[in-house]
Amino acid sequence: MMDWSPIFISMKTASLSILITFFVGLVVAWGIVKIKNDTIKIVLDGIFTLPIVLPPTVVGFFLLYIFGVRGPIGKFFIDFFTVKIAFSWSATVIAAVVMSFPLMYRSARGAFEQIDSNLLDAGRTLGMSEWKIFWKILFANALPGIISGGILAYARGLGEFGATAMLAGNIAGQTRTLPMAVYSEVAAGNMGDAFNYVIVIVIISFIAIFIMDYVSIRKEKQWR
Amino acid sequence: MNVGNKLLKVDIRKKLKEFDLEVDFELKNGCLGILGPSGCGKSMTLKSIAGIVNPDEGVISLSIDGETVYFDSSKKINLKPQKRNVGYLFQNYALFPNMTVEENVAAGLSKNQDKKIVSDMIKRFHLEGLEKRYPRQLSGGQQQRVALARILAYSPDVILFDEPFSAMDTYLKEQLRIELVNLLKNFDGFSILVTHDRNEAFQFCDELIIMDDGKIIAKGGTHEIFENPRKVQIARLTGCKNISKIEVIDDYHLKSLDWGVTLEVSEKISSNITHIGIRAHDFAPAEQDDVNVLDTMDSAILEMPFQWEITLPNGLWWECEKQIRVHEFVVPKYIKINPKNIILLEE
Repeated sequence: MMDWSPIFISMKTASLSILITFFVGLVVAWGIVKIKNDTIKIVLDGIFTLPIVLPPTVVGFFLLYIFGVRGPIGKFFIDFFTVKIAFSWSATVIAAVVMSFPLMYRSARGAFEQIDSNLLDAGRTLGMSEWKIFWKILFANALPGIISGGILAYARGLGEFGATAMLAGNIAGQTRTLPMAVYSEVAAGNMGDAFNYVIVIVIISFIAIFIMDYVSIRKEKQWR
Repeated sequence: MNVGNKLLKVDIRKKLKEFDLEVDFELKNGCLGILGPSGCGKSMTLKSIAGIVNPDEGVISLSIDGETVYFDSSKKINLKPQKRNVGYLFQNYALFPNMTVEENVAAGLSKNQDKKIVSDMIKRFHLEGLEKRYPRQLSGGQQQRVALARILAYSPDVILFDEPFSAMDTYLKEQLRIELVNLLKNFDGFSILVTHDRNEAFQFCDELIIMDDGKIIAKGGTHEIFENPRKVQIARLTGCKNISKIEVIDDYHLKSLDWGVTLEVSEKISSNITHIGIRAHDFAPAEQDDVNVLDTMDSAILEMPFQWEITLPNGLWWECEKQIRVHEFVVPKYIKINPKNIILLEE
């Protein structure tokens, strides 16, 4: 009998993490675009991009260092809220957010940088508020790029393995996500169960890519 | 202060990488042209007025029934572009690609005033039937009309035109020029047109500023500046094709160092004159014993639709009008330049 819990855990983790990644990624991307000092820009860009360049286990190592029971944030949460982050479900979300963030951030940034700055200035001289300019001009025109970034980030979060293993472990029914389950079943010699999990991952990933292409192609066609 | 009097005052300075921008002018009414080579600070001046760029110091203020200070560095006033009521026509029109024509025109309006103004503007700029189109589905001329409709719907006090025709082919340009001239006639606010094209400046603007390297090198009435440019740079920008360094012989005679000829002028040559200019149209066929005669032997000749372009071996350039069906031209043996058409110039 196949254990369904990895599917639910993965869906929950990927959904919450994409919500966080999407909005934080947007805000950070816009912040970086607005920075005029090149040195600061490059340094911050490096920090925000690092998670996709580093091996996931190295990112997991750093996360464990920060969120572990002796780490600054981990200790804070235990002392004040008696909540243990490491090796709990929330750890899978943290790992997924950190690992998927660069994809969202970089796509959004690229999409923002493509927008002609005259459009924003035109909005300003027409009396539009900065808030309206952000949503109606910048966001609306960058949407195809932002959506593809979001979907890539979602898929990355869904497939997160290395950092999750380091920070959240592989506790059945708690932190065992789909990729973890595939690994565990193969390690235990249950190729059949592993195959089922693989099929689920492939289907979800394919649907994600399909939505991404559909939305961006439709938007671009509408404006042409 | 200045109640009832209209006045746009600009006096700003800004340090830039290539040069320091220093612009100072007042506009009482109508359209001001700013003519200058690309990268001379023209656009930067417009952007400062609109509030898109901040000058380092200075004052920008507008008086129409009361004074509005846009910018004053000493009083720490810097009005946001949203509060200035200045329309800006961008070189590429900057229409919002995700919005239809209608939505673009309504972009600067608040919700309760939309409908009527938008439909009025659509009519005024002949955009009926295009309301639901997106900017990319429009021709260049239609795009410019949408951009103008969007600006006028917002009823600005000042309209700034940033090289409005530079991205267009000649045919379209000629059509739209007429539309813009009519629009400017009916607009009772201020307008400033920035261009590197002397014809545009001449057509649209009663008053003219000539800029180079961030500084104003001439200002005054358009006709006056074109007729009497006074400086080499200005002569060049107003389209004077022949400019030469000179050596003064006496009060009314000089030697051109570039063309190697001696010429008579009608105005007394003062000590600060270093160059002369001759407009390419000002030559005429001549007899050998006329004043200021030039030999045209070995000239190069080039046919244009409506003129001949003749280049003398010494580099002088003559443009002679012709009819479209005429394809034969015998260069007269001698040509002359009337002494009063020789423009005396300072470096």
